[in-house]
Amino acid sequence: MTAVLHPPQPRADARPGSGTPALPVSFRGLGRAFGTGPAAHTVLRDVSFDVVPGEVLAILGASGCGKSTLLRAAAGLDAATSGSVAIDGEPVRGVDDRCAFAFQEPRLLPWHTLQANIAIGLPAGVSARDGKAKVARLLELVGLQDFAKHRPREVSGGMAQRASLARALARNPGVLLLDEPFGALDALTRIKMQDLLLEVHRAEPTTVLLVTHDVDEALQLADRIIVLGREDTESSPAGATIVRTLTVPGGRPRDRASAELARMRTSLLASLGVDGH
Amino acid sequence: MASLGDSPFTGTTVADGRAAAAPAAPADAARPASPVTGGHGTPANGWSPAGFLARGWARLLLGLLVPAAVLAAWQLSTAAGLFSVVQLPPPAMVLDAGLDLLRRGQLGLHVAISTQRVLIGFAAGAALGLLFGSLVGLSRVADALLGPTIGALRAVPSLAWVPLLILWMKIGEDSKVTLIMIGAFFPVFTTVSLALRHVDRNLVEAARAFGLKGVKLLTTVQLPAVVPAVFSGLRLALAQAWLFLVAAELIASSMGLGFLLTDSQNNGRTDRLLLAIVLLAVIGKITDALLGLAEKWAVNRWA
Repeated sequence: MTAVLHPPQPRADARPGSGTPALPVSFRGLGRAFGTGPAAHTVLRDVSFDVVPGEVLAILGASGCGKSTLLRAAAGLDAATSGSVAIDGEPVRGVDDRCAFAFQEPRLLPWHTLQANIAIGLPAGVSARDGKAKVARLLELVGLQDFAKHRPREVSGGMAQRASLARALARNPGVLLLDEPFGALDALTRIKMQDLLLEVHRAEPTTVLLVTHDVDEALQLADRIIVLGREDTESSPAGATIVRTLTVPGGRPRDRASAELARMRTSLLASLGVDGH
Repeated sequence: MASLGDSPFTGTTVADGRAAAAPAAPADAARPASPVTGGHGTPANGWSPAGFLARGWARLLLGLLVPAAVLAAWQLSTAAGLFSVVQLPPPAMVLDAGLDLLRRGQLGLHVAISTQRVLIGFAAGAALGLLFGSLVGLSRVADALLGPTIGALRAVPSLAWVPLLILWMKIGEDSKVTLIMIGAFFPVFTTVSLALRHVDRNLVEAARAFGLKGVKLLTTVQLPAVVPAVFSGLRLALAQAWLFLVAAELIASSMGLGFLLTDSQNNGRTDRLLLAIVLLAVIGKITDALLGLAEKWAVNRWA
C-alpha cells in the first residue's frame, strides 16, 4: 500500500497552460457496496491512489472486480459508499464537469450527425463559433472530417468509437476517463485506436484513467498500471482492492515486441491469476 | 394493441445494425442497398417477391386485390339473387345512393362534420395524452399520483361516458368531441409513458455524464428517443377517434356518418347504410395513411 501512495513526479509533457489543464486525481479509502443488510455485496474496498497531472494510468483487473465502478465514482456518475475522490484537491460530488467519459459502447445519439454528437461534449458557455471550430478540429484529430454529417448507424463501430472519444475531448477535460473504450472493437481496429489515443494524448496532454482488461493495452498505453484484485476467502468476501502497482518504463509508442514488456506481461497475467506460459 | 410493447424498440434494432457495417467501406454503408421505392427505371434481374414489393405501385396493386375480390363477390352474389335487395343491395345501388346524397349536398356535409369532429377530438386528446404521458413517464411522483386514476379511467367502456357527457354538455358538438378526445387520449398516453420509461439508460447516462439535465436532457435525448413510439400511439389514437366518433354519432346527432348509419337503419335504406360503412373504411384508411407518411418521415429522422 505504501508504494501506491507514492505519487510519481508530474510528467514533463503535462503543460497546464496549453489548452487542456491536466488535473491530479486522488482516491482515498474508496469503497462501494451494492445493496444493504445481509444481501450487501462489496465490490470495492479501501482503494487509495494518486494520479499525477498528465499521466496515463491504466486500471487492470478481471471482469466484475469493480474497475468501472472506480471510474464512475471519479466521474460522479456513481456515489461511493465510503472514502472519497478528489480532482485537483476538490472532492467530486455529482457529475463533474472537469471530467469527460468515454464508454465501452459509443453511446452516440442515433438521430444526430457525428458532428452534432461531438458538440454535445462541449462545455457550457462555449460560443457557437468557438464550438464549431473546436468540433471541426476534433473531427480532424480523430480522422472523421469526411464523416461529419453522417449518422452513427452509417459508420463503422470503430468510427463511432472515435466520435465518442472526440465528444469526450470536446469537454476540454482535466481528466479523461476511458472505460474499456476499445474493448468491443476487433483486434486491428483496437491497435489503431490505441495509437490514436497516444496521438491525442500528445496533442492534448490531459490526465487519463484507462480501465481495461487487456494487459497488452495497458502496457502499450500507460505510464503506470494499477491491478485490482480480490484477496477474499470464503469467510470474508471483502471486495476488490489494489493488489499491485507497476510503473511501465520507456516513452511511447512502445515496441509491441519488446522483451521487457513481455516479461511484465507474464508477471501481470500471473497477478490476474492467469498462467503466462 | 399488440404492437404497443414493440414499438419503442424498433429504433434501437436499426441503430444496432451499425455494428455490422463494414469498417473498410463506410461510405457504402451510408447508402442502403435496398432498391429505390417506386422507381420505374430499375429493371430487376430475376423476379423475387421482395423486389416486386419494393415498388410502390406493385404494393398498391396487391393491396387492392382483396377489396376488388370482395367487390366482385358482392356483385356476383347479388346478381345471382342470393340475397334480397333489403339485405344486401348490389354495389351499383350503393354507388347511386352515394351520388344521390352528393347531389342533394348531404354527403359532403356528413363527411365534413364527421372528419371535423375526429380531427378536433384527436388533436386535443393526443395533445393531452402527450402531456400526461410525458409527466407519468418521467416522474415517479407523477406516476404514483396519477397512474392509478388514469388506469381506472381507461377501464371505463367508451359508451359509459355518453349519458354523462350529454347530461353535462347537451347534445351538441362539445359532447361528441369530448368523447372522441377521451378515445384518442389513452393510446397516446400509454405509449408515451411506457416508451419514456424505457429510453436507453446508457444514452441517458452518457448525456448526464456530459452535464445534460432537466429540460435539456428531455429535449436532447428522451423526447427524440420516443418519437417512433409517439407515432405508433398517434396511429392507434386516430383509429380510436373514428371508433368513438361513430359511438357518439349513433346515439345523438343530426349529422355525420354515424347519424347516416342510424337514420338509414330506421328508414330501411340498406344502400345508404353500406355507403356509410364503406366511407368510414375509406376515410379512416386515408387519414391513417397520411399519418403513416408522417411517421415514416419522423422515424427516419429520429431513429
